[in-house]
Amino acid sequence: MSSDIASRVTRKVDVRNKKKLDGKGQFWLVFRYFALTILFVIAALPIYIMVINSVKGITGVTQSAAFIPPTTLDFSAWGPTWEILREPMFRTLFFVVQSSIISAVIGAINGFVFAKWRFRGSTFVFTTFLFGMFIPYQAIMIPLTKFNQWAGIGNTIYVLVFAHVIYGIPICTLIFRNYYAAIPNELIEAARVDGAGMVRIFRTIFLPLSIPGFVVVLIWQFTSAWNDFLFAIFLTGGSPKLSVATTALNFITGSGNQVYYGNNMTASLIVSIPTLLVYLFLGRYFLRGLLSGSLKG
Amino acid sequence: MKAKKNRVHSPWGGFFFVLPSIIAMAVFVYGMIGYTVRESLQNRTNSYTEDVFYVGLTNYIELWQDPEFTHALSNLLKFTAVFMIGCLLSGLIMSLLLEKGIKGEGFFRSTYLYPMAISFIAMGTSWRWLMDSARDADATGLNYILQKVGLGALQSDWYTSEAGSMFAMSLPAIWQMSGYVMALFLAGFRGIPDDLREAARVDGASEFKIYRHILFPQLSPTFLTVLIILGHISMKVFDLIFGIATKSYVTKVLAIYMWQVIFDFQNYAKGAAIAIVILLMIAVAVIPYLIYVNKTEEANK
Repeated sequence: MSSDIASRVTRKVDVRNKKKLDGKGQFWLVFRYFALTILFVIAALPIYIMVINSVKGITGVTQSAAFIPPTTLDFSAWGPTWEILREPMFRTLFFVVQSSIISAVIGAINGFVFAKWRFRGSTFVFTTFLFGMFIPYQAIMIPLTKFNQWAGIGNTIYVLVFAHVIYGIPICTLIFRNYYAAIPNELIEAARVDGAGMVRIFRTIFLPLSIPGFVVVLIWQFTSAWNDFLFAIFLTGGSPKLSVATTALNFITGSGNQVYYGNNMTASLIVSIPTLLVYLFLGRYFLRGLLSGSLKG
Repeated sequence: MKAKKNRVHSPWGGFFFVLPSIIAMAVFVYGMIGYTVRESLQNRTNSYTEDVFYVGLTNYIELWQDPEFTHALSNLLKFTAVFMIGCLLSGLIMSLLLEKGIKGEGFFRSTYLYPMAISFIAMGTSWRWLMDSARDADATGLNYILQKVGLGALQSDWYTSEAGSMFAMSLPAIWQMSGYVMALFLAGFRGIPDDLREAARVDGASEFKIYRHILFPQLSPTFLTVLIILGHISMKVFDLIFGIATKSYVTKVLAIYMWQVIFDFQNYAKGAAIAIVILLMIAVAVIPYLIYVNKTEEANK
């Protein structure tokens, strides 16, 4: 289902073989490009500002010239900013990779059961999972902090691995369930006649077909964990030993430092680069994850 | 024979494979919500409280009498209204511009959607600067652009003054989420069979009428989905506002206030009560929605 809905969005609509446009048609085409371009400028403005001001050096940034691109590229703000961000960035990478992989495995197993190996009450159970996707995490934050202390992971980066795995279960299950639901039941019937059990069917038939599903879930979990601020600030309590990309960035750009625009823009850009690269190269899969999160088509 | 045997044995097999997740959800979602509810009904209003006992709804009643809470709640409702209407309109416009297909569609679509891939702590830097409140000769961000295009009268304090602060704060939120709404509507439009349009055109219906009477009614499930998604995101909004204005009073919403109450004042009972208020506001919309989705899926089987 999810794959259907995403391919609907990216479906190529044939724009060439249309009959020749009359005057009115031409007006609307020009109007559409005009409107699309304005929206493009608005959408791109914040990132444009970030990029151009990150290459004006530490002292070259003045607010009054901030819309104007630099005449020469000056990367001097990058070095010191990267020095501060390096450790948090690697720490983020460390926990994000782990939590994404674990989430994807759990999601695949759950998704398979809810799509193809239902049990009595499985629809109800699935719905109770989905509710977990909508809850405000503030409603679990106090006991979760206590649990982490009790479990002995309170002062380690594993609090974030744990949080993203647990609270990622609903969305990962949903994405895989939708993905597997699109695979025809006949495959299972045929394998069953040959005497294969469900576990073997999952391992030998469904898993090899799951690569796109895994890419979607990995990207989704990677992006949301990388960009997460709420869990990070609540569960690490702002401890510098556990600072991750977003909390470190917040520390750099925080209220006392708002005047250092060059550094702030550079730091913001550096922190955004990993997720932007993923979006640039695997945008289709990102879109799929996004649409799967919307439950239905 | 074998196939039959499998069918008899497998129904509960699936259950055992999801059992770990069921336990995790039971403990970490439902159990912990229960714990927070209990906390909100007790008297742990600072970290030194030793004699913990139930105080009924006292914490909730005190919230209603707390001007800072009602201020944050009214901010949140204003934000939600502007954010939802703004996102819905701009997402719909983007999808209307694209849905028939146009050269360069992929490029436009990707630029409209990229804000979803960036953290708001990072984007907050740009937006804070764009919404700088200096005016006229000192103006820099949006105020500067407004002057340049001859709309100097529209210069604003943005998020820094009480009037219109939540309106300003919803701009970056709309900027971030419009692409998502666009994608949902595009999926909706393109799920409608082309024959429907063609038939109406043959009957001589104008383009406007086709949208009004044929396409939009088909999109009502999409509208519902969009409203639920935007609504629950809005109720929870935290990093977006934190990234731009941190704990500033004029833009304080419930999630920010909750954070402040827990971290700055260690008032767990009050923090828990605020969290439960957010949860309830989401639940009244989401639970009926999930039941509805469930039913339609059962019906489609």
